Amino acid sequence: MTSSQLLGATTFIYLLATFLYLLVLIFKARRAGILGTAVTLIGVLVQTAGIIMRWVESYQMGIGHAPLSNMYESLVIFSWAIALSYLVIEVIYKNRMLGAFALPFAFASMAYGSFAGEIHREISPLVPALQSNWLLAHVFTCFIGYAAFAVACGIGVLYLLKDRKERNRKAAGRRVVEGEEGVLDLLPPLKTIDEIIHKSIVFGFLWLSAGIITGAVWANSAWGTYWSWDPKETWSLITWFVYAVALHARFTKGWGGRRIAWIAVFGFLSVLFTYYGVNFWLSGLHSYGSS
Amino acid sequence: MKEKNVLWEFFTSVKLAIFTFLALAATSIIGTIIPQNEPFGFYVENFGPRWATIFKYLNVPDMYHAWWFVSLLVLFSLNLIACSLDRIPNVVRILRKDNLAVDIERLEKRGKNRRLLSALPLEQAADKLRGLLAGSGWSFASRERDGGVLFFAEKGGWTRFGVYTVHGSILVIFIGAIIGSIWGYKASVMIAEGTSTDQVYARDERHTPIPLGFRLRCDRFLLTYYANGMPKDYISDLSVIKDGKVVLQKRIEVNDPLQYAGLTFYQSSYQPIDNQYVIYLKNTTSGAFQNFIVMPLRQMRWEEENVAFGIVERRNPNMLGQYQHKIWFSDGKGSPVSFWVSENQPVRLERPGATYTVEVKQRFATGLQVAKDPGVWPVYIGCTLMLLGLAVVFFMSHRRIWIWVRPEPQGGGCRIVLSGNANKNRDGLEKDLDKIESLLNSSNELQVQGG
Ligand code: HEM
Repeated sequence: MTSSQLLGATTFIYLLATFLYLLVLIFKARRAGILGTAVTLIGVLVQTAGIIMRWVESYQMGIGHAPLSNMYESLVIFSWAIALSYLVIEVIYKNRMLGAFALPFAFASMAYGSFAGEIHREISPLVPALQSNWLLAHVFTCFIGYAAFAVACGIGVLYLLKDRKERNRKAAGRRVVEGEEGVLDLLPPLKTIDEIIHKSIVFGFLWLSAGIITGAVWANSAWGTYWSWDPKETWSLITWFVYAVALHARFTKGWGGRRIAWIAVFGFLSVLFTYYGVNFWLSGLHSYGSS
Repeated sequence: MKEKNVLWEFFTSVKLAIFTFLALAATSIIGTIIPQNEPFGFYVENFGPRWATIFKYLNVPDMYHAWWFVSLLVLFSLNLIACSLDRIPNVVRILRKDNLAVDIERLEKRGKNRRLLSALPLEQAADKLRGLLAGSGWSFASRERDGGVLFFAEKGGWTRFGVYTVHGSILVIFIGAIIGSIWGYKASVMIAEGTSTDQVYARDERHTPIPLGFRLRCDRFLLTYYANGMPKDYISDLSVIKDGKVVLQKRIEVNDPLQYAGLTFYQSSYQPIDNQYVIYLKNTTSGAFQNFIVMPLRQMRWEEENVAFGIVERRNPNMLGQYQHKIWFSDGKGSPVSFWVSENQPVRLERPGATYTVEVKQRFATGLQVAKDPGVWPVYIGCTLMLLGLAVVFFMSHRRIWIWVRPEPQGGGCRIVLSGNANKNRDGLEKDLDKIESLLNSSNELQVQGG
């Protein structure tokens, strides 16, 4: 088995898992849910094996380095971190409804990495600037953070949908009739969803902070400036501020779950722009997108 | 109650913090869209003279140092300081509070309390509890009150300072950045192989020379490639020379700079020097060696070894991209020879009197970035504090537990009420209470039962 076979298989496994979780969400199919968990777990294991294989292969090619050095590899790690975080949340909250909102991100990331024309998938040697252990720490911490924010965003959307449904129902003076609950009624209560969003943001914030800091240390060791306001750095800071709003909003009256859910969505757009948009629309030191 | 001061209220409010977060985020976008630090003409060309003038007035071309952006940062810092000064006394008050003076009636009525019955008389039950708590890792105290005994135990009081560590760390980072911008500088220098410099050039428009106070010599520059032609490494061998003596030698490469006297020298670029080569000659029999800077068709002499040599011809690269040089060589023993060598490939040369190695390479100048930043350590300390603080804030909590033991009028036993409070992570607290409850239950003599 080569790493590209394993990682290619992962893409389809996550597609299957997405499909199974959608069955759970739409048809309340319990058995599909158990299968979904099993398939996701297999996906994570296959992907982990793929990542390790890719690492080993790079050493066999004599240009050994951790698989965290280009856009493709970062997409793989991103997807891996999403699937893994989701599994942890599923175990803690014992609810499979959320899978339909997390697995699509894991699948989309792998699919984009595997099929997009502009992405280079070969294992290539590291240019001198990237030959640093800080790079490894930097990419790894950033992507754990991004994955947590992706999960927060998916669950934030869920919160907004459920919240709207409940408010509409209240406005119409209706009640839930037993046996006729919709998908959204079967989700955990809004308060619990809010808590999951908050915890994901908190977790992501810690890793994003670590990501920004390791990036600064790396920049300082490579060219003597820990912060140069290059567009990617600046966007990571913007993202950081957005999530800082979410952390502090809880201490301001009137900022309930709905606004936090919106911040989870907007924050993730900011993450996507930092991660991806900057490379294509703005110029700067970070060369991931172009290489 | 403290007098409420409008200004103080303004600076301590979390709403202001949210406003500054959003304002900093929104304005920061400008500098990622409008290229920074370009000459005025660039903005005229791309945005028209009117916008260029507005930009100039608002210092948009260097917006992260513009007065209005810096003002936002100052507002942000004042907010942070005021907010912490406002709240830290509260934290101290909470930690110093006499928790054994709580209103027992209210304590008994708290929701989520756990109630147990024990067959032991009050005194023995209280002693037993003391023993159990002593070995549990909780710091506790007890007091006789209203005919019973009240216990208080807590863990993680210090974690309430986690938030303030995070907030303080931001100020420490700012202080580091300010120190760096006042007492530090960024400069660069090109040093040709075999030469040295005692000054570097500031990164301003006039490239002001800055004296180093020592000499820095480039002994050798190396460029290596991967098999596919991608650059693998840029390497310089540097020597620091103080009062005519070499005090430090280091091979630097990208990501591995040289540090000396508060300065850091980074490998950043290189330049081949036209029509100049470096030849390394070594007499492997006697061990003598020397480097020579050589121009083609010039005869060179190595006096100590009585050797004369030169480059007489050059040929375009072979399949590996190496230039070929034809060397003429004479050491006075046997007739002179000439032979081809590939660049960067040492060759052995057997002569009647001795054996030599000869290596030819392009002569380069190495380009170094120079940074002096005495603020880096405060910045790194601030970063470390921030991560530690965040970990404390997010994963730890201050948990407090009250155990109220009072005699049960009927049967001679006593009643135990367990009540807890945590500043966050209520689930964790419930687990702690479970643990204490099962500790009580598992102790035979207490013979506790749900009640
Ligand atoms: C980028 C800068 C900042 C960061 C990274 C930061 C970080 C944090 C974090 C992680 C928390 C804990 C949140 C939680 O418990 O869930 C917090 C709480 C808080 N922050 Fe900030 N903060 C920043 C700036 C500010 C500023 C400028 C203010 C000014 C008012 C402020 C006021 C507060 C307050 C009042 C709390 C609640 C403290 C408590 O638990 O009693 N923060 N902050």
